[in-house]
Amino acid sequence: MTIIPSIKREYLVKLAKNGKRTDGRGFDEFRKIEIETGVVSKAEGSAKVKIGNTQVLTGIKMDVGEPYPDTPAEGVMTTAAELIPLASPDFEAGPPQADAIELARVVDRGIRESQLIEVEKLCIEPEEKVWMVFIDIHILDYDGNLFDAASLASLAALMTTKVPAKRFELGEDYPLPIKEPPISCTSVKFNDIVVMDPSLDEEEIAEVRLTVATDKNEDIRAMQKGLNGSFTKDEIKKVIKASIDNGKKIREQLYRCIGK
Amino acid sequence: MKTEIKLFENGKRIDGRKPDELRNIKIMAGVLHRAEGSCYLEWGGNKVMVAVYGPREAIPRHTQNPLRAIVNARYNMAAFSVDERKRPGPDRRSREISKVISEALENVILVEKFPRASIDVNIEVLDAEAGTRCAGLTAAAVALVDAGIPMKDIPVACAAGKIDNQIVLDLGKDEDNYGHADLPIAISPRTGEILLLQMDGHLTQEEFDRAFDLAIKGCHIISDIQKKAILEKYQSDSGGI
Amino acid sequence: MHQDKREIVIPSQFLGEIKNKKAGKGTFVENGKIYSEILGVLNSNSNYINVISLKGRYDPAEKDFVIGIVSEAMPSSWLVDINAAYPALLHVNEVPWDIEFGETERYLNKGDSIMAKVLQVDQEKKLQITLKDHNLYKIKGGYIFDVEPSKVPRIIGKKGSMISLLKKYTKCRIFVGQNGRIWIDGDEDGIKKVIDTINMIEDESLSYGLTNKVEELLKKDTKEVH
Repeated sequence: MTIIPSIKREYLVKLAKNGKRTDGRGFDEFRKIEIETGVVSKAEGSAKVKIGNTQVLTGIKMDVGEPYPDTPAEGVMTTAAELIPLASPDFEAGPPQADAIELARVVDRGIRESQLIEVEKLCIEPEEKVWMVFIDIHILDYDGNLFDAASLASLAALMTTKVPAKRFELGEDYPLPIKEPPISCTSVKFNDIVVMDPSLDEEEIAEVRLTVATDKNEDIRAMQKGLNGSFTKDEIKKVIKASIDNGKKIREQLYRCIGK
Repeated sequence: MKTEIKLFENGKRIDGRKPDELRNIKIMAGVLHRAEGSCYLEWGGNKVMVAVYGPREAIPRHTQNPLRAIVNARYNMAAFSVDERKRPGPDRRSREISKVISEALENVILVEKFPRASIDVNIEVLDAEAGTRCAGLTAAAVALVDAGIPMKDIPVACAAGKIDNQIVLDLGKDEDNYGHADLPIAISPRTGEILLLQMDGHLTQEEFDRAFDLAIKGCHIISDIQKKAILEKYQSDSGGI
Repeated sequence: MHQDKREIVIPSQFLGEIKNKKAGKGTFVENGKIYSEILGVLNSNSNYINVISLKGRYDPAEKDFVIGIVSEAMPSSWLVDINAAYPALLHVNEVPWDIEFGETERYLNKGDSIMAKVLQVDQEKKLQITLKDHNLYKIKGGYIFDVEPSKVPRIIGKKGSMISLLKKYTKCRIFVGQNGRIWIDGDEDGIKKVIDTINMIEDESLSYGLTNKVEELLKKDTKEVH
């Protein structure tokens, strides 16, 4: 495992107490975000997102299957994430561990609870056949803040997905029916300092983490606190506000990228 | 597999290529931030990303070899890389490919320089279209050079096969599915030694000779592309005068 | 002979014949021919053909000064990460303190940084380092970051010329370990300037006239501040 020198930790804290971060960003500022869609031809939808040096690729595959018994006329959506050993010297090959599972479930909740995918429109034959949407998140380069990169890549991929109706002889291909995307923003706290879009160094010394997904009406759609530290209510409110502000900017960039 | 598809007509293949023509190949070295060496490669419809970590102490300790480094190549296909979603995780095919690639790489890496260490090569297929193991090995070679691993050569792989009684270079998707033979080969281009060889299908000895020679030819062309990609990355870093 | 550009070579590249020159660092010999074994810069003189590696982990050599980070404290020794292919061992006998068995954590703990010297590299590449020297110690304060070990000579410069420039214009204390780990201490702006300049040197390490370029840049920055 990569060890963080205590000196580095102390320096980051010292800088932060003077209102600074090592890369010169403001506490609520994101690194440069790049979004590219349609990067995997075999997938029904795909997107690669870079936040700073962190790179995540999400591919969407679709298939026809049986609905869940309690939602017989709705499509099915599942999300999986792989922290593949490619992305970091500390990631090991093998079945997803707790970190990968948490990542997948948090991204999933953000999408599911905002009803981004109009699952009622994915019914082919009630109780028999519905469309299934598989969201597969592949981390390519880990340099801090996987939650937001994974979430954004998944959104961009879904928003450019084409339902492969032709292949299943169900008509012509058409865009996956979706609504407004919720944007996820993650912050971490160390030594009572809260910063947004943590770099790898900041994540390594973080005591606690908070991810907030907000929609265009400034309502909250999903939240997740991680790690074993704690937040005060005040801090949480500040993080929510910063998440809404950044969420707006990122949503604009996302729409620009997919050509809306 | 017999079908109605005509794979070869009027001297051209389905995708318009001539029998001895390669698909388009693009190689970029040093594309990832965390990895010590990396390579992104596009070959026809294939998209492969490789990251190298090491040499580093091999763990668990019982896997350590006191005389040399072990080379762990891990070939993996992303769930979304194929027509029908693939369940994540290694399947038997991936494990076999990982093994033959590891063995090919072990031949050219100067492993005696790193006793008790492991060199980990992670090959991710992001988009698949026939010939992923050749693409994977070719990209892995570039990533190893990019990581500063000492090697006696830069290995390269290419396949040839038979479709409709015609020997062709670099099978595309339909050719792989409906053709009569597939022969992927990896070589050490400096010496011509064969590092990886697999074959499935049906070839007469004469057909094998022709397919073999064709695959080797393909390997040498791709070797130039690998070398160019490496020099492009590092020569541009050498700045101006 | 003065070259316009430093020549980059790659593994398997033919460099010369054993009958004309001797095979130096970064090369191997086959059938009387000398080839490069790594990605690096060709460096040949009248006797030897050498290739200086451009990438790769630190290759420890005895007597090298390195900056290590303690990864584990054991009853009578510590394991230290020095950015090599293997962790280095620091034995209680190799530190300037008197330590009882099992008391190692009171002196050095996981995450502590030390200025150490490579004591021994054996056949199996087992590494030992020492803190027993008047200029070796446990590091306090400042900032640490890593660069490619192959760039260290460039960052230090001929006879320390590059590093002296950095120290002069930023008023920071700087120590560059042979293993590519760098320690800086000074005020925030100074530290940032050192990091930015070193990143620039890393990117352009193969250019000529780099020392002058760096000096101009540092001078300019200082003028703007005053």
